[in-house]
Amino acid sequence: MAGTLYDRLWDAHVVATDGDGQTLLYIDRQLLHEVSSPQAFAGLRAQGLRPHRPATQLAVADHAVPTHHRDRPIADRQARDQVALLEANCAATGIEYLALDGAGQGIVHVIGPEQGFTLPGITLVCGDSHSATHGAFGALAFGIGASECETVLATQTLWQTRAKTMRVTFTGAAGETVTAKDMILALICRIGTGGATGHAIEYVGDAVRAMSMEARMTLCNMSIEAGSRTGLIAPDDTTFAYLEGRPRCPSGAHWDAAVAAWRGLASDADAIFDREVTIDLALLAPQVSFGTSPDQVLPIDGRVPDPAACVDPAARAKLERALDYMALTPGTAMTDIAIDHVFIGSCTNGRIEDLRAAAGIIGTGHVAPGVTALVVPGSGAVKQQAEAEGLDRIFVGAGFQWREAGCSLCVAMNDDRLPDGARCASTSNRNFEGRQGKGAHTHLVSPAMAAAAALAGRFVDIRER
Amino acid sequence: MEPFRTLTSAAASLPQTDIDTDIIFPARFLVITEKRGLGRYAFHDRPDLTIAPGAAILIAGDNFGSGSSREQAPWALADLGIRAIVATGFGEIFQSNCFKNGILPIVLPAAEVARLHAAAQDGEPTTIDLRTQRIGLSHTGAISFAVDPARREALLEGLDEIARIRTRFAPAIAAFETAQRRASPWLWSNEIG
Repeated sequence: MAGTLYDRLWDAHVVATDGDGQTLLYIDRQLLHEVSSPQAFAGLRAQGLRPHRPATQLAVADHAVPTHHRDRPIADRQARDQVALLEANCAATGIEYLALDGAGQGIVHVIGPEQGFTLPGITLVCGDSHSATHGAFGALAFGIGASECETVLATQTLWQTRAKTMRVTFTGAAGETVTAKDMILALICRIGTGGATGHAIEYVGDAVRAMSMEARMTLCNMSIEAGSRTGLIAPDDTTFAYLEGRPRCPSGAHWDAAVAAWRGLASDADAIFDREVTIDLALLAPQVSFGTSPDQVLPIDGRVPDPAACVDPAARAKLERALDYMALTPGTAMTDIAIDHVFIGSCTNGRIEDLRAAAGIIGTGHVAPGVTALVVPGSGAVKQQAEAEGLDRIFVGAGFQWREAGCSLCVAMNDDRLPDGARCASTSNRNFEGRQGKGAHTHLVSPAMAAAAALAGRFVDIRER
Repeated sequence: MEPFRTLTSAAASLPQTDIDTDIIFPARFLVITEKRGLGRYAFHDRPDLTIAPGAAILIAGDNFGSGSSREQAPWALADLGIRAIVATGFGEIFQSNCFKNGILPIVLPAAEVARLHAAAQDGEPTTIDLRTQRIGLSHTGAISFAVDPARREALLEGLDEIARIRTRFAPAIAAFETAQRRASPWLWSNEIG
């Protein structure tokens, strides 16, 4: 019978079924970070257990870490203790830890692929909802909570319920200003934040096949914002070229055998998906979020909607609350919205191609007066690569701050936090209330759109530049 | 994990949709490495979303607990005494995290959830019986609900998941590993021993 890529990945990892619809799934790899692991390690210790396969685990600190003064101890005591606890837990259990001052440090979802820790065909989990990112490699990857981190450490398995499948097909050719970020925002706007709940999404279409791995990761990364824990793209030569030679990748005969197996990881042409969504890229404009939910998105040439036009009272109430929090007036053109902060980074858009796209917009321009603009590379390796290409000099020369790698202003757990009332053009993934700081207003955009907003002090239609 | 069988309590009503886990537990408190005592940070930045003391049941809006996977969200709710949450839909990772912490998340159609909101706002006590899978309202009758049988059993018995997997499935895990080591040796090349 014809099967989907999701079916193939799932079926290859079934350890047992309980007869009630739950499957004990084998987990090949786990990424650990400082926020969701302390309670998992404590639970393990309380039961006198050791990790089942320490070599399948890789740890790095990213959420709470400061993005400047890395040569000094972390100033915030709680963050310092949290990072130290991860290092100590790894040392005590034989799990590899990528040190904060080492070249391997970065955001979990950026370093996993960089290290060749993320591979096609595997199951990969992490105590972070953006674990869907790794599906860009044809891995069954999903976010979990701390209790499940503990279960994976102890048993290498998780009880899971098989998801339904959703195929998202991108048709048509996108304009050159339209990026993976615009594509995923357009999808979330179309189907809503709960639109893919209970489904695993597979992204297909010529536009997806033509994408770099960086762009594919951006696309899969925000699957969770559509309600899905999993985003998938079938691996191909682009995938294999990205992975070959990376530190933790198989090599020699192992590599050849692996690639031969990975070539079979695709949905059959006649596979049936539970839900189909098609998005035409030909008419897609660069996207900007205007509200407090990632489905409240407009094309850059759009205007803030009027709640009075909503027929459904619940939808009207949601929109009213969002506009009230965002301090926006119905009818305002998106290009008339002034911003005072810009954040370029995160596991969504902190990769080298994202920084190239942002730097490519700058030219001889300078950050507008009154605008604070931060560039936070997704990893130490991204930072190093950007500096080798001279991107840091472009950013710094234009008035951007050039920081060390971490989650930074995406989750605002460290000392990068927006003041109350600040308005930010952000390449991150969530425009939730208070996400970048209590009372802060976040607009989600692509790296090029963020850079253009930094120079103009307001949103700009980059198609007109 | 504390078993969940039957529960009678006042219910709190929070009908707003898309209450994400950032709202339930703001990120800046995630530097705390404990899982107890987190209730004081629940809805910290949203004073309009308070849960009255004594309410062990929360009637929520659609897509409750969407967003971040942080288990601090259900830990904080559990610390406030919440043992069951009813909504038309949940963020999936949050829903899974609830089961791991003795909180029963129940999905019901919109009309039933609306009835429960009304009852909660009227201060009507609500009874949730996981054995019979029914929600009883003292004035207006019962509502049946579905729950995954394995998760139901785990809640009823207060089962320790790791111990259960280790005792019952160790041979199956070992057999899987032997087969995978043969079929996909590249996944095992870093293994020590």
